[in-house]
Amino acid sequence: MNRRRLSFGVAVVALLGLLTGARGVAREKETKASAAANPAPALLIRHATILTVTHGTLENGDILIKDGKIVAVGSELKAPADAQVIDASGQFVMPGIIDCHSHIAVDGDVNEGSVSVSSMVNIADVLNSEDPAIYRDLAGGVTAANILHGSSNSIGGQTVVIKLRWGQPAAKLPFEGALPGIKFALGENPKRSNFRVSGMPDRYPATRMGVEETIRGAFTAARDYKKSWDDYNKRVAAGEKNLIPPRRDLKLEPLVEVLEGKRYVHAHCYREDEILMLLRVAKEFGFRVQTLQHVLEGYKVADEIAAAGTGASIFSDWWAYKVEAYEAIPYNAALMTRRGVIVSVNSDDAAEAMHLNQEAAKSMRYGGLTHDEALKLVTLNPAIQLGIEKRVGSIEVGKDADLVIYNRDPLSAYAVVQKTLIDGRVYFDREKDLAGRAALEQEKKELLEKARKSAEKKADEKKAEEKKPEEKKPEEKAKPPQERSDEGGAR
Amino acid sequence: MKTSRMKMRVLILFVGCLLIAGTALGQTAPAAATDTAITHAKIFTLAGAPIEDGTVVIHDGKIAAVGEGVSIPSGAKVIDAKGLQVYPGLFDPVTQMGLSEIGAVRATVDTTETGSFNPDLVAATAVLPSSAHIPVTRAAGITEVLAVPASGGFDSSGATNLIGGQASAIHLAGWTAGEMLIRKNAAMVMDWPEIETQSFDFSTFSTKEKPYSDAKKEYDKSVDQLTNWIEESRHYAQVAATSGTAYDRDLKLEAMIPVVRGEMPVLVFADKARDIRNAVEFCQKQNLKMILAGGGEAWKVKDLLRSKSVPVILRPTLEYPREDDDAYDRLMTQPAELVAAGVKIAFGSFDNSFSRRLGQQAANAVAHGLAYDDALKAVTLYPAQILGLDGELGTLETGKIANLIVTNGDPLELTTEVRYLFIKGQLTSTDNKQKDLYEKYLNRPVATK
Repeated sequence: MNRRRLSFGVAVVALLGLLTGARGVAREKETKASAAANPAPALLIRHATILTVTHGTLENGDILIKDGKIVAVGSELKAPADAQVIDASGQFVMPGIIDCHSHIAVDGDVNEGSVSVSSMVNIADVLNSEDPAIYRDLAGGVTAANILHGSSNSIGGQTVVIKLRWGQPAAKLPFEGALPGIKFALGENPKRSNFRVSGMPDRYPATRMGVEETIRGAFTAARDYKKSWDDYNKRVAAGEKNLIPPRRDLKLEPLVEVLEGKRYVHAHCYREDEILMLLRVAKEFGFRVQTLQHVLEGYKVADEIAAAGTGASIFSDWWAYKVEAYEAIPYNAALMTRRGVIVSVNSDDAAEAMHLNQEAAKSMRYGGLTHDEALKLVTLNPAIQLGIEKRVGSIEVGKDADLVIYNRDPLSAYAVVQKTLIDGRVYFDREKDLAGRAALEQEKKELLEKARKSAEKKADEKKAEEKKPEEKKPEEKAKPPQERSDEGGAR
Repeated sequence: MKTSRMKMRVLILFVGCLLIAGTALGQTAPAAATDTAITHAKIFTLAGAPIEDGTVVIHDGKIAAVGEGVSIPSGAKVIDAKGLQVYPGLFDPVTQMGLSEIGAVRATVDTTETGSFNPDLVAATAVLPSSAHIPVTRAAGITEVLAVPASGGFDSSGATNLIGGQASAIHLAGWTAGEMLIRKNAAMVMDWPEIETQSFDFSTFSTKEKPYSDAKKEYDKSVDQLTNWIEESRHYAQVAATSGTAYDRDLKLEAMIPVVRGEMPVLVFADKARDIRNAVEFCQKQNLKMILAGGGEAWKVKDLLRSKSVPVILRPTLEYPREDDDAYDRLMTQPAELVAAGVKIAFGSFDNSFSRRLGQQAANAVAHGLAYDDALKAVTLYPAQILGLDGELGTLETGKIANLIVTNGDPLELTTEVRYLFIKGQLTSTDNKQKDLYEKYLNRPVATK
């Protein structure tokens, strides 16, 4: 039995991520299948200021979209007869925003906080496609997000990249072909400096030294585990019979994937010392840390981060909420960019995700990034960090038509998203949103009215029952309190 | 013993850092009594149309003259602001500025006392003039704030006071809290009780629920307590006015005297429409001068707020919408809706480290329908008016305190830089801890491999 049976889907996705030919075929099939079921019409966005991110800004430009892909970018493009046309005169189009650190669309808790290594749990298993935060992210121009486990463990749960296909079932959210990830966390959160969970014993690690040893210990075990499977597979391949396979370990499997380069490490961190610690440990075990998340002191060790080929995904201007955030500076993006680190600006928070364009703009003021460099912080750079830059992150022929249309330059606090597209489909349309509000209000009123009437009816029935208590059997006397609590719930 | 000594050392180190940061950075230089003239600037006085090529003259900490063709006093220090713009400094009317340094470290947080009736506490007492937050906030063009005790936020450690103490209006510059003071006793803080069936328990990191009837009982009890305190305070005020010194002093009740006399406004924290309605009714009945703080659902009660002339200091427009079925831009459209209804508004950060986002909060309201002029005034003149400080602050007019900023553009926009900043007429540095760290690491030699 293959040890990756359980995570078969994930493994296939990971495999496809490496084999572009196979991925291309698979995607073509998939696109055809979904296109047959619900074909997206060709779409022409006209007369917009196009912020391509990789090829400068095109004034009064057009974008032609077919089958969810950008097929042409230029001036006065000819649209097929059946194409929908969006007149974006006076408006700005940029690539959809990619949020490299998000906790939206998660059903229930985001932390499996009981153990220090929780690599066996997977956020992909608890995606909630009905979280209104998905729609609100879209209204903020976000089209894809890295959905992460929380930061209470040195090695946390498995993560997933999604496209914000609002209205589609959870199974349709994951970004096809994107490598899965795993959350690591360093510093105050995994060592639980700022809170105690009552009723739970103190947990190792309680120091940054312990965090390092927790990670080193887990990867030492993962390396041994990998070896036992490699040996076994080698002997099977050599034709040996009746071998007993090693016992599967669901905690170590994702770590083996990290060692094999099939799973990205996204590491929550703050202080310069712990950043260097993790880079050392990763080197020791021969894997690369894909992104450092938050990495508030990244600017202090930017050369080292750049040399490790590691990305940095940060907040724009958060600071001072805890000791390890006291030397955070809003110049972090600029300083690291100048030293060759791929930097992105993320949300970590459903509200912050609604204005990531604005957060990126702050890097122009703090440290003087250019307009394009600032745009990259929320488009191409997070795409690179998530390994999806061949698909998204800039406006180029062949890329997915994941786009945002703003009423003005998006690097302004006055810019408002007009439309957000994913795979060439409009998933957010401000005009429609505004037009639909009255109907929603009406629906809410009717539902409330219905609930009120139902509650009244229940109350009447209860009164009627109470009028004839003598008919009740003795054992039913225990009932009234239960009914009361039910009623409380309905209210 | 070992641990406690270590803790102490950490503390000393920590405090040491604060002191170094504080003394090295951006305090007002000793005042030499020279005049300053800012010339050739576009001046947004907020008391009339902008002046295209104007001069502001500052004398003795005050604005001595503003306009076109104003003569420059001899010996005045002249700042040629050609191509730049002058505005009143921004005013953040709900912050924990100076009361909290690092949110998660209780030792550095002095925002919220224990107990529920603390009218005698005064924010200015615990404002740390060398707080690193002050110069950082100043760099965003904010020249004065209201430091508000018991104002919630991340730094409140979960405590709730019904009466939380007195908020102090302070300049964001000064060697001592005394030098920073604008008005020590600017407003009394009241946290209006909510009928709350759900609460988040930080110790278990989970939501706790209780039946509505229990929540209502607790609410009624809190309102009764508030009523009793107000009535006791009123009696106390009568006795104090008529009995000379022949009565037992009570510091808490004494602190309430200006409140029950209607001289000190009450800053009432409430967000839900029901709570706002109850709070307005309570303040009307008790004859208290109410300022609403928060106002998450103020739009639902805008007519009430207008008819009772209750101004609102709005919590951030960039917060997450309160209800799942709220429009995604509910908090951003609310300011325009309130102004259209005739409600006086101001924007507040309700925070410490995010105070510098004040302009951004206002700009987002403009993007959703608020007139730009109102947005600008809602972070300058309107907070001053709401707190009764518009005689001294909020516009660039002769005689007012010279708190002003010289910028290269719209002070609400994200990319605008503050080139010069004046507090009490003093050119005040916008350098800060973060800029210092930037410059230090900008100059780090390339790391050796």
